[in-house]
Amino acid sequence: MSRVRQQPINEMKLTFPSYSENERFARIAVSGFLSQLDPCIDELSDIKTAVSEGVTNAIVHGYRGTVGTVLLQVKIFQGGRIYIKIQDKGCGIENIEQAREPLFTTAPEDDRAGLGFAIMETFMEKVRVKSELGKGTTLVLERTVKSRKSRL
Amino acid sequence: MNSEISTHSGVSLSSNSGVCVAKIKGDLDHHTAKFIRGEIDREIASARPHRLIIDFSGVTFMDSSGIGLIMGRYKLMQDYDGEVIIASPPDYIRKVLRLAGVDKLARITDDISSLIPKEKSPEENKEKEVTADEQSTAAAN
Repeated sequence: MSRVRQQPINEMKLTFPSYSENERFARIAVSGFLSQLDPCIDELSDIKTAVSEGVTNAIVHGYRGTVGTVLLQVKIFQGGRIYIKIQDKGCGIENIEQAREPLFTTAPEDDRAGLGFAIMETFMEKVRVKSELGKGTTLVLERTVKSRKSRL
Repeated sequence: MNSEISTHSGVSLSSNSGVCVAKIKGDLDHHTAKFIRGEIDREIASARPHRLIIDFSGVTFMDSSGIGLIMGRYKLMQDYDGEVIIASPPDYIRKVLRLAGVDKLARITDDISSLIPKEKSPEENKEKEVTADEQSTAAAN
């Protein structure tokens, strides 16, 4: 049975304006929600870093020069599988393949390293991107978290 | 000079004999990096150091914005024929640094004591304070 058809055992959804102050809020919200899985510190650090990259992309690139709404959704499935969706209704990505290339950035003047996707792909098991010019971008991150209790 | 962006993040800067130490505190993300790099760049422009030590021991979170900050300062220090040293990064930050290949651009070390010019001993400082007190006492008399 496909994982996407399973019902989540818990989920949360929040929206916030694309202010850079909310980058910290987003990763703390995700970290707090996932604490029920009792993940180890390394796993939580990886997930927080990936979420920070995704939300920063929405703020810096999706809504560059403007303020829009960022949607953040987290679902927990049986077995510790987690699904994180980060969505903006901003400008969209012209060339997704190019955007995923390490060191590619459209904002070098802002000291952007162009490593956001490389970090998300390293720290998460699956990274999916859908984007349409002028309509926005949806990013989905997936990973299985093993609770500390199950490792004892 | 000590600069704070909020109770969560900030940077303390000190320059001595051509060595600038930037000790970052709290989360280093896109939001805080804007402020922190402005403060570091101002210090570099005024002190013109040959060595910039970025101390990560107080950093509680870092994403690729921290990599951008390091790479930007690396380029800036090249203009002064200087070097960048990354000090005391926690393990999870080392992971991001290695992933980005920053360890090939800048030396990473846990011991910066030999890289910083020696400060005056507490005795010398005390002596300096005492001398200042004595001077003001003498002036009052």
